[in-house]
Formats: sequence, structure tokens, C-alpha cells
Amino acid sequence: MTTVPTRPAAARRAPRKRRSFGQPIAAILVAAAVLGVPFWLVVATAGKSQGEALDPNLSAPTNWQLWENFATVFADGRMLSAFFGSLLVMVPAVVGVLVLGSMAAWILGRRGGRLSAAIYALGISGIVLPPAVVTIVLLLRQLGLAGTALGMIGVYMGMYLSTVIFFVTGFVRTIPHELEEAARVDGAGPVRVFVRIILPLLRPVLATATILICLYIWNDVFYALFVIGGRIDTLPLNLYQVASAGLYLQNWHLIFAYIILMSLPLLITFVVAQRRIISGITSGAVK
Amino acid sequence: MIRRPRPWLQKGIPMASVSAGAPRSRRRDHPLWFLVPALAVLVVFFFVPTLFNFVYAFTDWSSFKSAINFAGTDNFVSLFSNGTLLNSLKVTLVYAVLVALFQNLFGLGLALLLERDTAVNRAVRVAFFIPVVMSALAVGYIFQALLKPDGALNGIIGWFTGSEVTIPWLGSTTWTIVVVAVVHAWKWMGLSMLIYLAGLKTIDEDVLEAARLDGASRWTMFRSIRFPLLAPAVTFNVATALLGSMNGFDIVQATTEGGPGGTTELLNIFIFRTFGQGLFAQATTMSLVLFLMVAILAFPVIRYLRKREDVL
Repeated sequence: MTTVPTRPAAARRAPRKRRSFGQPIAAILVAAAVLGVPFWLVVATAGKSQGEALDPNLSAPTNWQLWENFATVFADGRMLSAFFGSLLVMVPAVVGVLVLGSMAAWILGRRGGRLSAAIYALGISGIVLPPAVVTIVLLLRQLGLAGTALGMIGVYMGMYLSTVIFFVTGFVRTIPHELEEAARVDGAGPVRVFVRIILPLLRPVLATATILICLYIWNDVFYALFVIGGRIDTLPLNLYQVASAGLYLQNWHLIFAYIILMSLPLLITFVVAQRRIISGITSGAVK
Repeated sequence: MIRRPRPWLQKGIPMASVSAGAPRSRRRDHPLWFLVPALAVLVVFFFVPTLFNFVYAFTDWSSFKSAINFAGTDNFVSLFSNGTLLNSLKVTLVYAVLVALFQNLFGLGLALLLERDTAVNRAVRVAFFIPVVMSALAVGYIFQALLKPDGALNGIIGWFTGSEVTIPWLGSTTWTIVVVAVVHAWKWMGLSMLIYLAGLKTIDEDVLEAARLDGASRWTMFRSIRFPLLAPAVTFNVATALLGSMNGFDIVQATTEGGPGGTTELLNIFIFRTFGQGLFAQATTMSLVLFLMVAILAFPVIRYLRKREDVL
């Protein structure tokens, strides 16, 4: 009995040992070629003078002037105001979709019937259907919201409510009714049940939704160009301006310096919270 | 969870008041007004603009006139007859299919390469997720520099071949769309990789062990066991890549701006350009075309991918 299982185990281990040299080297080589080359191009070019950066190539700068270039784009690209502009539209939009989306999802997850099913179908249709980007501008003008942060927040909320409703409704259905029932017997009304019982339980799924939506809004330039282009600074909008002017003037060193600085906030967040972010995204998708 | 004491229950409140009319109290427990704020935002910022699409596509709305008049199907006729409508539709479809193909090939390849849970693999996985976190516009500019005729990629190829290479990666009317789709796939392959990795983790080790004992080769095991069992991950990855890239803009705008000669002009690029020229009705018409294309394609695609899962 004891000798039988050792053979397959040994047979299984043999090829793994053979791979254990090749696989890590292959992984590192692939990463170096596929990621290392573009990233090095960015860092090296961002460290060059304008003359040296005219034709971006992989050679190291003869004279590193990364900090000088950072200082230039930080001022010329209005990075500080762009950073706060990005926050100004992202934070309220994300909080808004999370709160309104979970409220709706709780009801849709608990009530049966044709009406709820129809509202749910409408509510999640925005996951696939593209927003009507031109007529949104017209509507915002009619509402007096064109070019305002409030208009941009509304547009983002309209786009990403579907995502929240989809994720949270699925999650609500896994929460046992008894937890609500217990609070209700205590005399709690729907608002109290929602705030005290449901919202805290939703934390994992809301974390996933927050990550995804922050990623989309923080990096969005398409909808921002239509709604607030030229009125409010955001990081991607200012990159678009810096690059549009920079390509004309061949200022590759400034474009890449801007790219490094604008990527830092999300990169730092990602590196700090990578384990939670990765597990959050994968848990949401493979269902 | 802290359970508060419930003294009044013990005092013997008649149970009838709790259970009487169960369906009605259930409705009161989950009141419909909770839906109102979300629905209001959806209606104002999503559904009304979408309905406007169906109206303003049939007008002459532009920045050159103050009045907006009904114009029938003029926009469709002119966009159709000068070829931009069909060209943009074709480019968008080809782009979406290529992105879905490359993103899944790269993502699955990476997942298989980095499957084992070693320290090196974990670090490399995190590295491949960095492009996902970056702005797509920034990724586009990086590749514009990398792919210039005298850029870094040609420099590397030239170093290997020993001769000077000046391939205009972004200047071919035939192949540039493929190159741009590869760039799009490069940005998102880390996400596909993560989802394939999660899918691979769900596969029962015993099934693989049994196949191994039967003498199945690695390729046979992948083709007839692991890949079929990855069906849910394939569904998610193909659907998001296909439908997401139909709505693409940033990467193409930053690399080619729709060129050369309109061969990479996605619907969104066209919409942005004509909107900038003040031709709002034409932009709206294309926006409606994009909406209809996604609406018509989305449901069959998702149904097909779902059905593919059921066969197993």
C-alpha cells in the first residue's frame, strides 16, 4: 500500500524539476521583452534633453534630467489642478454609483416578479450598450450642466450604475434572508435594515466595483473630451493637451515625463493593495 | 454580528402582526422607492440621451446654424454614399475581432506560462497588470514612439538582423489596424491573464492526475481537458474584449488618429472628429450606428458563448 502512491508522485515530480530552471527564465525573458522595452523607453526618454529625445530610442540619456522634466510638466501640464480635477469628478461619481446602485440592487435582488425583472434588465443594459456621447452633450446644455463637474459626474454615474447593479444584485441573492428578518423583528424599517445590515455585508463586492470603476473613470479621456474638455483639468485630458502640443513640437521627453507622473497615483495604489485588487477582480469575473 | 436583545418578542407580541399578509409585508420590507434615485440617474444620463440619438440622427443639427430642422435620412444617405459609414463599421468590427483574438491568445499564454505559484511568477503577474492600470491614452503614446520608422522596435530588429530596418508600423493601410489591435491587447492582456489564472485554479487536480496516469500528453491534456473547462473564463474574456473594443478610442487616437487613409478610423474616432468640426448630426448618426451594432451583436455573442459552456 505504501509503495503504490509514491510512483505517480515521483513521476509527477520529475518533469516539474526539469521545468524549474527553464520556466522562471522564460517568464522573466518574456516580461523583459514585452514590458521591459516599452517601460525602459518611457523612463529613458523622460530623462533626456529635448535634443536627445527627438527620436525616442532605447539608449540611456547621456545626462539624466528626469527631475527637471518632471518639474517642467508639473507646471506646464497643470498637474496639480488636473489631479484635483480628476478627484473632483471621480470621488462623487464612485460614491454615488455605489450608494444608488446598492439601494436598487437590494430591492431587485429580493423582489420577484415581472416588474423587477424588467427593471433589472434595463438597469444592467448599460454594461454592454455604449452611451450616446453626442446627445449627452446636448442634454447637458439643456440642463445647464455642460462643462461642469456635476454634468461629468452624472454622465459617469449613468455609465457605471449598470456595473454596480449587476455585481451587487448577484451578491445580494447570496445573503441569507434571516439576517434581515432578525433586524426587522427588532422593529427596524427598510432604511435601517439597508444601512445597518445590508451595506456592511456588501463590502467585498463594493470593493471590487470601486476598483473597476475608479480605473475606468481615472483613465477616461473620451467622455471627458466631450463633456468637460477645456473647462476642467483632469490628468488624461491634460495628457492629451500636452501630447497634442508636444507631438507638434517633438517634445517626447515631456510627454513621457507626464505619463510617468500621471501613472504614479494608480500605480502606487495598485502596488500597495495588489493582493486585494487582484482577488477582488478575479472573484467577480469567474462566475 | 452583534445581536441586540429582543425583549418585546419574549413579552409575547402576537405573531400575527409579523406574519399577517406575508406578500404585502415583504413588499413593504423592500420598498420600490429605493429604486427611484438609481432609475432617475439612469433615465436622465443614459436612456434619454440614447433616445435623443434616434431623434437627432434625423436632423441637421450643427454648430453652423442655431435652428435644428428635421432632415429625414439625409445623414445616413450622405455617410453611406461617401463610404465612411461602411468603412468605419468594417474597421470597428475588424478591430474588435482582432483585439478579442490577440488579447485572449496573449492572456491565455501568460496564464499557462505563469500558472505555478512561485515567487517569480507572482512578481511577473503583478508586472503584467501594470499596463491594465495605466491610462490607455498613455499606452498609445508610448507605442507611437516605439513603432516609429526610426523607433526602438525597428532598432531592436535591426540589431538582430544586422541591417537597418525602417518598417513603418503605423503607416500601412493594410497592417496598421493589426498593429493597433496588438497594442490594445497588450494593454489589457494582464486582465485576461488574471481571469484565465482564476479559471485554471478551479480545475480539479484529480481530473488532471487521472489523465496523466492514462498517459495523456501535455498538449492532449490542454486541448481536451483544461481548455474546455476554461469555458466560463473564455466567455467573460471574449465578451468584454469584443464589446469593449467596439467602444474603443484612446489607443487608436494616440497612435494613428484613424490614419493612414482612414484605415483605422473606428466609429468613436469618427464621432470625435466630426463633433470637433461642428457636424453634430453626423456624429449623432454614427453614435446611433455604434449603438445599433453593439445592441445587435451583443446578445447573440453572449448567448453563443454561454451555450458553448453548456455543451460540457
